[in-house]
Amino acid sequence: MSATILAAECITKQFDGFAALTDIDLTVCKGERIGLIGPNGSGKSTLVNCFAGIIAPDSGSIEFDGTDITATPAWLRAKYGLARTYQIPRPFRGMTVRQNIEVPLRFAVGHTSTRAIGEEAQVILDQVGLADKASISPKVLTQVELRKLELGRALAARPKVLIADEVMAGLSDSEVDEILALLTRLNAQGITILLIEHIMRAVMMFSQRIVVIVAGHKIADGPPDEVMRQDDVERAYLGE
Amino acid sequence: MSAQTTFEPRSPPVPAQLYSGLAIVLAGAILVAAALLVGSRVSEYYYLAAYTILQFVVLGTAWNILGGYGGYVNFGTAGFFAVGCYTTVFLNKLFHWPLIIDMSAAAATAGLMGLGTGYLTLRLRGVFFSIATLALAIVLQTVISNWSFVGGGRGVYIVRPQISGFFGTYAHLLVVLMIGLATCAVLAAWAVEKSWIGVGLAAIRDNETAAETCGVPSLRLKLIAATTSGALMGMAGAPFPYYVSYVDPATAFSLAIAVNSIAMPLVGGTTTWWGPLVGAIMLGSVQQILTVTISSAANLFIVGVLLVVFLTAAPRGVVGIVRAWKRGGP
Repeated sequence: MSATILAAECITKQFDGFAALTDIDLTVCKGERIGLIGPNGSGKSTLVNCFAGIIAPDSGSIEFDGTDITATPAWLRAKYGLARTYQIPRPFRGMTVRQNIEVPLRFAVGHTSTRAIGEEAQVILDQVGLADKASISPKVLTQVELRKLELGRALAARPKVLIADEVMAGLSDSEVDEILALLTRLNAQGITILLIEHIMRAVMMFSQRIVVIVAGHKIADGPPDEVMRQDDVERAYLGE
Repeated sequence: MSAQTTFEPRSPPVPAQLYSGLAIVLAGAILVAAALLVGSRVSEYYYLAAYTILQFVVLGTAWNILGGYGGYVNFGTAGFFAVGCYTTVFLNKLFHWPLIIDMSAAAATAGLMGLGTGYLTLRLRGVFFSIATLALAIVLQTVISNWSFVGGGRGVYIVRPQISGFFGTYAHLLVVLMIGLATCAVLAAWAVEKSWIGVGLAAIRDNETAAETCGVPSLRLKLIAATTSGALMGMAGAPFPYYVSYVDPATAFSLAIAVNSIAMPLVGGTTTWWGPLVGAIMLGSVQQILTVTISSAANLFIVGVLLVVFLTAAPRGVVGIVRAWKRGGP
């Protein structure tokens, strides 16, 4: 693979004595499609929050595109090109769908012209299939639309790396396919994607590499078939 | 359902937006001209009433920059107002500088206090932030009450300076000054709302973490909002000692100030610059009329009743009512 774009080294995070993450090392290469899996509560979202700068790890370092971002505030990471979605969608409810998309265009990308913002917002709305919902409130969107909005808002930040945190949870098969197709298209455009997901069908279809986290430890990291054959992965996932 | 949840398309491009700004300046100029033309031909009472309403336009507008746009509810408006007030008292004790210098000093002091409040938002959100601001006001009141140089708990008399020629009375001068300040405050609120700062604050109000993820530098924006808001509140307080000529902590830190400066934006509508303006004029006028016709004690009672009515029947305030009506029938 090509150069490293995101690298976590020895990430450890404790919450009141509970070890959420222990010595996690993870290297992501430019253009890669990585699936990050693990049972509920295994620390996946904590790791994503560390990457995005929402929480600070107790120790360890994170490097993004050649810069140490361990102490960089979240908004600046977004500007650097590290975008994420939230597992539970967090739309700006006081704004329209279009205005939601415009926030990262204005802040993360740094557009100042209303026209440029409007045009690029339209491109993204088309891309995620929300063009016909542009002027309504996120309050009336369905689950799948909310997840598309999450993705759209992350895309509007023009990410180099997109961390998709359970964007398909609770969606129907065809909706999952729809989102997968979108993610695959984005990857083809050069965006590195880290997919956190429970739907194994989606993870297996999408990922070139799978990383497994169980109880805050990374227990596997490799090509999908190999990882899924590993005994401990099977145990963690399917039980004894 | 759709009436509540569909929105107008995005506001028109920049040049058209400037009309509101020009309208604010024009309205301010007309009011100043009117006050100068009328001069001292009307009863001084009207000036005193106008002063109070204008003071609340400034306070409500200032509160709204942080509380309405950014969603950080400040219960300590009276603290900022009193800091402005006592900056004037302090300077008046030492020097006899023109009021405009007192006001600048008050803006600086209260602005710095606002900046400090802004840093509070790093750790405190929601109700915790609000309680901290309330505590700040109480601490300040205790300090002032025990600082004898500025009158302590007994209060202090301020002698109005002599004025010459141009203005009929000192109240006349104060009103013209207050029109100017109110115009500046509304203009500032408008500029903040329409700029990138306003967009960022709106995102912070809706979801601060998501806003950060979208590249919104939330701390920086909150500091800008809190400083601007605090400075304007301080400026509103600076002329107050000259207006009442006797200040004590109970007046300067009055509950009415904190309550009104929250109630007025809520009744008017918190998401736009004109909401607090409308709310302050509405509630302020009603209070003035009631003070004269019924009793001054009815003041806060009426504010409370109106607040309850609006929060239950029209939670988006007058702004919300107008928007719903514009969209096609109430």
